[in-house]
Amino acid sequence: MIIPQTPLMVVLLVVLAPLFGALLCGIDRRITARAQGRIGPPILQAVYDTIKLLRKEPMLLNRVQIVYAYLHLAFMILAMLLLVFGQDSLMFLFVFAFSTLSLVLGGMCVRSPYSRIGSQREIMLMVAYEPILILLMIGFYLVNGHSFMLSAPMTAAKPMLLSLPLLFIGFLVVLAIKMQKSPFDIATSHHAHQEIVKGLTIEYSGPYLAILEIAHFYEMALLFFFIVLFWSSPAWVGIILASLSFFLMTVVDNAFARLTSMWIFKFMWTGALILAVTNVLWLYWASK
Amino acid sequence: MTDVPKFNKSPWVVHFNCNSCNGCDIEFLACLTPLYDLERFGILHVGNPKHADVLVVTGSVNHRNARVLKNVYDQIPEPKVVVAMGVCASTGGIFADGYNVLGGVDKVIPVDVFVPGCPARPEAMIDGVLKGAQILEAKHSGKTPLAEKNVLTRTPTPVATPVAQEKGAPHA
Repeated sequence: MIIPQTPLMVVLLVVLAPLFGALLCGIDRRITARAQGRIGPPILQAVYDTIKLLRKEPMLLNRVQIVYAYLHLAFMILAMLLLVFGQDSLMFLFVFAFSTLSLVLGGMCVRSPYSRIGSQREIMLMVAYEPILILLMIGFYLVNGHSFMLSAPMTAAKPMLLSLPLLFIGFLVVLAIKMQKSPFDIATSHHAHQEIVKGLTIEYSGPYLAILEIAHFYEMALLFFFIVLFWSSPAWVGIILASLSFFLMTVVDNAFARLTSMWIFKFMWTGALILAVTNVLWLYWASK
Repeated sequence: MTDVPKFNKSPWVVHFNCNSCNGCDIEFLACLTPLYDLERFGILHVGNPKHADVLVVTGSVNHRNARVLKNVYDQIPEPKVVVAMGVCASTGGIFADGYNVLGGVDKVIPVDVFVPGCPARPEAMIDGVLKGAQILEAKHSGKTPLAEKNVLTRTPTPVATPVAQEKGAPHA
């Protein structure tokens, strides 16, 4: 599976990816509602919410906050394009991390204590999951004949999942963090709206909150595509794998309580990191 | 323009308890349960006025909380509506004669929907929020924010309850 790098493809991706992400969020909300014995909102609810937010009155505390919201969105789109077009994985990681960092900086530049707490927790989460992502890229590097290009796993004959099973489990945990799912939704949560008053998005409202929402939709599409990388030939197996992973996230979200940031930190730097390191060492010695 | 999803597709609610006895608050939280399920209308219960469209107020207003209520109201971006939930928020209710009570919510901020009842039933509350959501669209397009008079929110007529005690039965 390789995606042609044409301007038309860029336009298509930029237009369709947030719609796809919104659809994923809508399905997630519907499944969550059904799991709780409720009917739940329409599948397109996330789209309705975003359009409503875009039509609300713009209200801002300072301009810097808004600049960071736009940066968050722009870098998220860039990260998605880098991933889909199979560019350098380290560059992708850097851009992806800077996107999240913009969100943190936007949360830090206001005086609300809840926003600050949310931002600090987001930093803790980044510290917790970034090593797994870096080890994952090293795993790709070792499997694909020492290439950091993301096009390598896309064209590989043998699915990545068979070489990186433990790293895949580690990545699922990262997925739960990035999707703001329990037990990791401490910085801001999609379901607990009252918890630290929505954390680092507290001071964003109306169209500026919509920017963050759209960036989140891009992030969903990006993460979905990332799982497809684990089984990209044939791609439909990867798409099924990604759908199952997203369903698993919804189940986990409903089954777990929210945990403290220090617990998440310990869990990621012991359990998840040991899985990832074991996988990388195994690949390293196997390739000797 | 008809294709644009309206404000009534996703009214986000922030709930403020002024001086309530908690009866209305508990009934409002009951709306979130599987039996009533607010979220099927796209209604979300947010904790932050900056994310909200609808301000739901329970309880009467007194001298202490009038300032806080005004502050919460001012933080909601336009368009916004206020739903006075229950008889205390509408008129002051049983507390109206209290020396510290100013009266209903409309003494401090403009109210768009009054939901009577002590406490108001969850069905009436959902109805009130949805009525408010329609007013949101009207406010956004600059039309009159008033709801139609003939379909004001009412508490549904309760089912006739059987007489608890037979005539002549001994009191507990």
